[in-house]
Amino acid sequence: MYPEELKYTKEHEWLRLEDGRLARVGVTHYAQHQLGDVVFVELPAAGDAVSAGQSIAVVESVKSVSDIYAPVSGRIVEVNSALEDQPELINEDPYGRGWIAVIEMDDPGQADGLLTAAEYKAHIGEA
Amino acid sequence: MDFIPTTDEQKAHMLRAIGVSSVDELFADIPEALRFQGRLALPEGLSEYQLLAHMRELAGKNRHVDELVCFAGGGAYDHVIPSAVGTVISRSEFYTSYTPYQAEITQGVLQSIFEFQTLICQLTGLDIANASMYDGASAAAEGLIMACSQTGRERVLVPESVHPEYRAVVETYLRHQGIAVDTVPAPEGAVDLAALDERLGSDVAGLLMQHPNFYGHLEPMQEAADAVHAAGGLLVAAVDPISLGLLEPPGAYGADIAVGEGQALGNSLSFGGPYLGFLAAKQELVRRIPGRIVGETVDSEGRRGYVLTLQAREQHIRRHRATSNICTNQALNALAASVYLALVGKEGLREAAYLSFQKAHYLEARLKARAGGRGLRRRWNQPFFKEFVIETDLAARELQRRLLDRGFVAGPAFSQVGLEPQGALLVCATEARSREEIDRFVEALAESLEE
Amino acid sequence: MRETVPLLFESGAPGRRGFRFAPCDVPEIPLEEALPPESLRREPAPLPELSEVEVIRHYVRLSRRNYAVDVGIYPLGSCTMKYNPKAGEEAASLPGFRRLHPYQPEESVQGALELMYHLERFLCEIAGLHRATLTPAAGAHGELLGLMLIRAYHESRGEGHRSEILIPDSAHGTNPASAAMCGYRVVEIPSDARGGMDLEEVKRKAGPNTAGLMLTNPNTLGLFDENIAAIAQVVHDAGGLLYYDGANANAILGISRPGDMGFDIVHFNLHKTFSTPHGGGGPGAGPVAVTQELARFLPVPTVERRPDGTFYLERHRPEAVGRIRSFYGNFGVLVRAYAYIRALGPDGLRRVSEHAVLHANYLLARLSPYFDLPYPRRCMHEFVLSGRRQKERGVRTVDVAKRLLDYGIHAPTIYFPLIVDEAIMIEPTETEPLEALDALADALIAIAKEAEEDPETVRTAPHTTPVGRLDETRAARHPVLRWRPPGDGGPASV
Repeated sequence: MYPEELKYTKEHEWLRLEDGRLARVGVTHYAQHQLGDVVFVELPAAGDAVSAGQSIAVVESVKSVSDIYAPVSGRIVEVNSALEDQPELINEDPYGRGWIAVIEMDDPGQADGLLTAAEYKAHIGEA
Repeated sequence: MDFIPTTDEQKAHMLRAIGVSSVDELFADIPEALRFQGRLALPEGLSEYQLLAHMRELAGKNRHVDELVCFAGGGAYDHVIPSAVGTVISRSEFYTSYTPYQAEITQGVLQSIFEFQTLICQLTGLDIANASMYDGASAAAEGLIMACSQTGRERVLVPESVHPEYRAVVETYLRHQGIAVDTVPAPEGAVDLAALDERLGSDVAGLLMQHPNFYGHLEPMQEAADAVHAAGGLLVAAVDPISLGLLEPPGAYGADIAVGEGQALGNSLSFGGPYLGFLAAKQELVRRIPGRIVGETVDSEGRRGYVLTLQAREQHIRRHRATSNICTNQALNALAASVYLALVGKEGLREAAYLSFQKAHYLEARLKARAGGRGLRRRWNQPFFKEFVIETDLAARELQRRLLDRGFVAGPAFSQVGLEPQGALLVCATEARSREEIDRFVEALAESLEE
Repeated sequence: MRETVPLLFESGAPGRRGFRFAPCDVPEIPLEEALPPESLRREPAPLPELSEVEVIRHYVRLSRRNYAVDVGIYPLGSCTMKYNPKAGEEAASLPGFRRLHPYQPEESVQGALELMYHLERFLCEIAGLHRATLTPAAGAHGELLGLMLIRAYHESRGEGHRSEILIPDSAHGTNPASAAMCGYRVVEIPSDARGGMDLEEVKRKAGPNTAGLMLTNPNTLGLFDENIAAIAQVVHDAGGLLYYDGANANAILGISRPGDMGFDIVHFNLHKTFSTPHGGGGPGAGPVAVTQELARFLPVPTVERRPDGTFYLERHRPEAVGRIRSFYGNFGVLVRAYAYIRALGPDGLRRVSEHAVLHANYLLARLSPYFDLPYPRRCMHEFVLSGRRQKERGVRTVDVAKRLLDYGIHAPTIYFPLIVDEAIMIEPTETEPLEALDALADALIAIAKEAEEDPETVRTAPHTTPVGRLDETRAARHPVLRWRPPGDGGPASV
């Protein structure tokens, strides 16, 4: 449910370090379950500068709406446009095809401050 | 008279079940200091027949347009209302229903709204429409707010040929959101395109054009659309739905958003309300549309059905980030509009528009011929649809009074809507006016000027 | 029973008509002579083509698939679905009201203006305030106006910098949405253990940036906030104004007045408290009453009386916030509300609130053994239960609501207020007979038992309605918001 190789935030985002300064971002299994059936995702634009803690996307379910926050500061270099037609990917495959954006980090060291899988599980009470 | 069915015995039964000895105890949470002492200073209650006698007496102090003949316009019109409209909206399964929150037992209202949305799209030539707004003026304001959120810009343009009350509503709504509203002059009774160009810029989110405009004139919609699009802004077209029986729809000249007052579609004049605003838009604006929207879906066994949808845009979920604070529509008025459009249909809407056009032009020709020599003139000679502005040396409010004495209603006078000059008056003829009524009105107007 | 009704667009036949206009009786001129040819429609609007009988049958069939107050009890909390007296309908349909053009000369509409003048004063008396405007078309419209009035007041005192509105976490979603739409920042105040506004939090958050506070009292839990006088004092001392959301005024008619509680601005929902029908979601009306100090900011137009007793519309009000609607408001709704107040009089209105509160407490007493009661107090005109206990059996509040439809009863408001888990919010109103109250209680108790013994039946409800449970996820994921003819390539969905 919570892959070991990922980093997590208390706001239920995950982050996967990729080549160099790149980090792929999405929401956790716990988050998608709490949201229920996702019906729409408002995506950021590639090129946007973001700072950690800033809202980068909005996820809507039938009866709720939630912000997705940037876990790290940097610049959006890619967004998952497949979510425009298939928002359900967030429910079906939150760590895979349901990713939200790729951020080029200002400082790759930022990710070190995020939660480990164990810490995140403790945070959501599943440890 | 009240409508409380509980008998004294039943009241005692309920109090026992609750475990209190009096109704007063139930109000114990209200601090003594905040209890209202004494009785409200209101007139004593009435029985139903006393009430209706009183209401008839009040209504009798008004002179209505079955008794008078209506040549008034300015955003509220005396178009014909088919009898079947009243039959449908008087069904209490519709009018005593609430917002359709339990879709499985309110398919009637939900399907009727889905049909309304479709009819508005068919009328305007746009992709999507909502379930209706408070009125045409607030729909115009909401349309401009959509343009701002879509473009991320904070300045809009509103010509002076737009209905003055719409302009006032737009200014009131937008001022509080920090959006600047700039005026575009229309000195000849229609938008001055050169002046429009001067005001357009990369900071303009949208342009509101009313077509036909407040004076009844057609506007250069295609040119206006091209100009605002070239500046990266959106066109919000405010249209008279009846005019769309004859005139090109907003979708054809590239409007991004169409709004309007739907009263003319089967709704009573009712001294200005309740009416309905409509709002339609291009597909790409779907998430920015304010208000209620109904969508098609299926039930647990695959049967087609309808539900309120895209609710995450709305205030009860998004709260302070909602697209608007509106949380109702004018469902019963929208229902009347749908029944009207279903009854008149494709050909009937064209006829209503065509007949209104012909009667208004006959009226104009007769006025020119009969009263042209008595100081009556058209204020501008622009192409018009069903209403136009006349001007005389007499204050228009006085002219209205003299016409009233002769059994006619005309207007608004410019002074009723805060415009100059005092002598200007709108006159309107719909398909409901007969030749004989028009001839008598022209005669009455000529006499009024001679008085 | 379970069949779909074809859409208008799937019925009829080309050339069919449901209404005919008389032939043109004036000399006709060619369209192109008077109008620019490029402005003319090339294709007629693709509207349906139906006969009158088809249209009537279509809508009568739809009406039979619709629940309404005239069908049965409608216990939607915070919606005050009371009976709509038929005398109001008859009054509003009089030609002397229904057939008035808004721009008729004032001397020809004296009866209409007199009605509006007196209705304004009735509402002020009920609110304990000074002047009112009747123009807002709905409660949310009234809220928006109320916030504009708050801003106008602060600006007039050189305090336009005040940018925050305090709102309890139990508030209707329209409150924060209206505040945001008026350019204000929302500061949320948590509820205390008794369900009221946390007074200490109000003290902490009220300050030099506070423009005002929006509150419903009784609040959305159906509880009267006993601290209201202290809250009013804190906000006023901080220089802010108090706004009363009158959505729940059905509990206080002639019993307590918002003006006396310290509120500066009140909106009433005539379609709730004053019995005007909801029309399937509108029209309503949301008049706003204010203190003497704020009266000068009310929007145009107002109805005034001359010394000679005649009435007129005042459109020149230099300090007014502006205009929020064309014409003068939802006049037809005002006629019904006026008739209602005249019918009931002061004693009748007080009886309304007494019975609304009696009926709610009776239902609360009957239901509290079967459902959790998060705030175990007596209620005012409505109360909020929690479906927590049923949730443990795998039955959600939405399932309870859907199952109630099988008993022929409209569901209460659910999942609101947000601060109660699995909320079930019940407002029976004063117009429901005891038998209807008992039928609702019996049905909910039966469902609570079903949740224990046969949860699957509840989870898959409704079973007897014209359609089964509808798929809201599908509707929102792939919105189909209009009909399109088969083969039309245009975008029907996102």
